Amino acid sequence: MSNNAVIFITLCAVLSLVSFLLDREKTLVGFKRGWKMFKNVLLPFLNILIFISVVLYFIPPSVISNYLGANSGVLGFSIAALVGSVTLIPGFISYPIAAGLIQQGASYAVVATFMTTLMMVGVVTLPLEIRYFGRRVAITRNVLNFFAAVAIGLLVGLIM
Amino acid sequence: MKGFLKKHGSYVWLTAFVILTIFSFMLGFNPGKAVFTNFTQSFIEMITFVPFLFIIVGLFDVWVPKEEIRKHIGQESGIKGIVLVVLLAMLQAGPLYGAFPVAYLLYRKGASIRNIFIYLGAFSSMKIPMLGIEIGYLGIRFSLARTLVSLPLFIGIGYLMERYLKNKHFEIRDGSQKTEVPHENYSIRMRT
Repeated sequence: MSNNAVIFITLCAVLSLVSFLLDREKTLVGFKRGWKMFKNVLLPFLNILIFISVVLYFIPPSVISNYLGANSGVLGFSIAALVGSVTLIPGFISYPIAAGLIQQGASYAVVATFMTTLMMVGVVTLPLEIRYFGRRVAITRNVLNFFAAVAIGLLVGLIM
Repeated sequence: MKGFLKKHGSYVWLTAFVILTIFSFMLGFNPGKAVFTNFTQSFIEMITFVPFLFIIVGLFDVWVPKEEIRKHIGQESGIKGIVLVVLLAMLQAGPLYGAFPVAYLLYRKGASIRNIFIYLGAFSSMKIPMLGIEIGYLGIRFSLARTLVSLPLFIGIGYLMERYLKNKHFEIRDGSQKTEVPHENYSIRMRT
């Protein structure tokens, strides 16, 4: 059993027990909602795990650490920031990718930049955003967030 | 055929993977076996914590009065207002484009420009279900560092946007007016 499993199962058990003692029906509703959410993410999750297993088999760790590792410098950050801004990967699916990259030698700073741009900058969804905020504001928000994301990546890299 | 693909299209990868794995084992194809070993490891890692995380999220969903918080947004200003929008954002799920309609609602309710952009920032990267998965995969240290570095920057962006848009008659539209048709080919549609 991994640490994660122990922590999450314990937390889940404690919270469920407290919730159950407070209100049985609410707890059951909560279980159902949680389970439904899990069912919704299960298939895409499996798909991404398959994808990662295949890709990691073909790309040797040396390539990943070359391009995304601690010594990749500006290049690594640029790749991470650009890919993160342009792609539209649902957040929770990107975490196994991030963990895989780190395992294969990518640096925390580069991965943090990738994750943050992925979450905060949306080039693909920009037309949709323009509908709500107008062109100027939507673009400004994305540009500001892009720089913030790079700053976050650098700072997280320093802390880790 | 088209209907069939639409309904079962998302299972294509899984099916192909299962079939290829079976063949790899039958024929002794080593790369196939290695990929399967990789997959098994990451699958076990996932299945031992993600379902429990979602049950926790489900319980949160029933116990935390989201509507109650939403009611107070717009009335509270200053630090309290910021805390409320961040809290509301953390309780959400879904991709960022799902936050735009909520931003419109907040705008209609009188939330300040600053708080609307803080909401978007917090929504993009501090949602509880996502933090849970992040902690599981990248560790609590990474998660904490990222969140604590991000939050002040979001608040800063909120202030910047507010200054930038002052006296500019900024308004948020409900999204029904077309300026451009968005590319709505989100093949993987999720709630988290």
